[in-house]
Amino acid sequence: MSTTTVASPPTGLVERGLLAVNDGLVVAWRNLVGIWRVPTVLVFELVQPIMFVLLFRYVYANAFANIPGGDYVMFLLPGIFVQNAIFGSTTTAIGLAEDLKRGLIDRFRSLPMARSAVLAGRTTSDLAKNLILVLLMIGIGYLVGFRFQEGLLAALGVIALVLAVSFTFSWICATVGLAIKQVEAVQAAIFTMVFPIVFVSAAFVPVAGMAAFLQPIAEHNPVTYWCNLARYLSIGEVAVIDPATGVASYTLEELIVKSVLWIVVLLAIFIPVSIRLYRKLT
Amino acid sequence: MPETIQVELPELHQVAAFPIRASSDTDGHDTQEAVPGSHIFEVALGCCLVGGPIIRTEGVQKRFGKVEALKGVDLEVQPGTIFGLLGPNGAGKTTAVRILTTLLDLDGGSAQVAGMDVVRDAEALRFKIGLAGQYAAVDENLTGLENLELVGRLYHLGRAEARRRGGEILERFDLSDAAGRPARTYSGGMRRRLDVAASLVGRPEVLFLDEPTTGLDPRSRTDVWSFIRELQADGTTLLLTTQYLEEADQLADRIGVIDVGTVIAQGTSDQLKEQIGGEVLELHVSNRDETERAAEVLKGLGTGEHTVDPATGLVKVQAGRDGTSVVFEAVRRMDSSNVWIEDLALHKPTLDDVFLTLTGHAVAEEADTGAEAPRKGRRRRKEART
Repeated sequence: MSTTTVASPPTGLVERGLLAVNDGLVVAWRNLVGIWRVPTVLVFELVQPIMFVLLFRYVYANAFANIPGGDYVMFLLPGIFVQNAIFGSTTTAIGLAEDLKRGLIDRFRSLPMARSAVLAGRTTSDLAKNLILVLLMIGIGYLVGFRFQEGLLAALGVIALVLAVSFTFSWICATVGLAIKQVEAVQAAIFTMVFPIVFVSAAFVPVAGMAAFLQPIAEHNPVTYWCNLARYLSIGEVAVIDPATGVASYTLEELIVKSVLWIVVLLAIFIPVSIRLYRKLT
Repeated sequence: MPETIQVELPELHQVAAFPIRASSDTDGHDTQEAVPGSHIFEVALGCCLVGGPIIRTEGVQKRFGKVEALKGVDLEVQPGTIFGLLGPNGAGKTTAVRILTTLLDLDGGSAQVAGMDVVRDAEALRFKIGLAGQYAAVDENLTGLENLELVGRLYHLGRAEARRRGGEILERFDLSDAAGRPARTYSGGMRRRLDVAASLVGRPEVLFLDEPTTGLDPRSRTDVWSFIRELQADGTTLLLTTQYLEEADQLADRIGVIDVGTVIAQGTSDQLKEQIGGEVLELHVSNRDETERAAEVLKGLGTGEHTVDPATGLVKVQAGRDGTSVVFEAVRRMDSSNVWIEDLALHKPTLDDVFLTLTGHAVAEEADTGAEAPRKGRRRRKEART
């Protein structure tokens, strides 16, 4: 009989780190098996973004004037990718609230596993799921006329950005989920939070067309930076040139720095806060 | 040279307070005091730790906002025994279990499990304990075996070892046939078994079962009882909570009765029954409207403790030592006041009687506003249970 039992907690920092990664991956595996076994949940999660693409593509295509780049499809799809990443990460909050309700979090907390593992596992499995979502959205985009025009590397950059955004929002949603706890309340709270964040941004329309009091908010909304970076990487500088003035609103460097900075700052806040909430659950 | 070392321990658990002597022969020559730091002291201390309670709490307090969930709980559980924490809903049973299993911080007092402090040594303690909570905490989408594998891997067993152990435990819990099926297809009883199985993957020294049979049909309940006994036979210490007196009576070596955050009695089932000190007269009146009147008529009989349940026409009288004369007197009084009796019985106290008596007192102490309060409290409890 093998005796691989670790009968006492690890003491070294490296060992602890490795065990935390191991525990996180085990939990991620468990979540992914769940997604695999009940595919209907994933199917409906995929249907909703498709609906978004079709609605915006065909309902609003000619409604907006002064679209940077001139073509709404090219403008819209990178925004949809980011929007999807954010909406897709809401499952983190709901999944955690469901685990809480079923008593699974109690079990996990009574086990000698890393305190970060349940959250890291959930955000990681949601990241994997969101990768599928992004790839599907790109496929749908190609069907309705979208094309990456800046080469493979830039296209991979878009995918990386979108995944980073979804991972960041997963941790925000984990915090909300653990703070609110009841599944239904979490669901309502998350959507009330996510809708204004996404809609008061350049995700679907240029900021210039919004009500004056919203414009400064939308302009400094990180979602706006992320969408514009995704656009820049998809179709080039034309994506950020204001058709009215002919001037580029951002440089690529500026967009990259601001986008990455927002992601780093949000992660630096919400990872420790959510882990603390997990430790202190009652 | 000494050939054998005898260590005299005045009394387990109190060893540190007494001088410890180690002598090399029976008449005490070559005697050595065990001073802290010496080898003999270590030996003695080791014996003491082995001999002491495996769960010990002292004055554990917990509050949630304004609600005092635990108001100073003292418990002692000896290794290898089953301890039943008995109390109604909201008494604080689950809070106590959650503190002992490191899920909840305590606000006052201290608690040790397996020689470790539940707060300071929480991380190490989690290797020694198992918990099956009130809900069957299994992942619905994983198969039975995968559920156990998940837990095993979170104990940092290798994948192969986690599977092997999982398979072994499933067999023992009679779940081998369902091992490959998602837990969502399991019946309530099977789920509960799987839940307890999961809590055993880490081979815990102390197992906590929070209401292990709540919501189970009678047959599944008997199954759960039998594997709880098996676990004890294997040397596991168990602390289980229950609202069922019968369950505590059947399983527990010792019982702690908990009500509104306080342990109001602790002892074996027999010791608790002894506390009531005598027999119980149970009497049903024919006309339920006359229940209160019957109680009035019987006032002052026995030890003076009454329980009234107008819904079933039941009056219970704690008869004390001389049950027979209480029966005669009761019949005479009923006769002279023309209250008709449906049936009348004198029996030894059950745990049910103990419980009602104990919690009745507890309510009285808390309310402390007059003689009416305790009886009301007791009646409400009784109604809630019938």
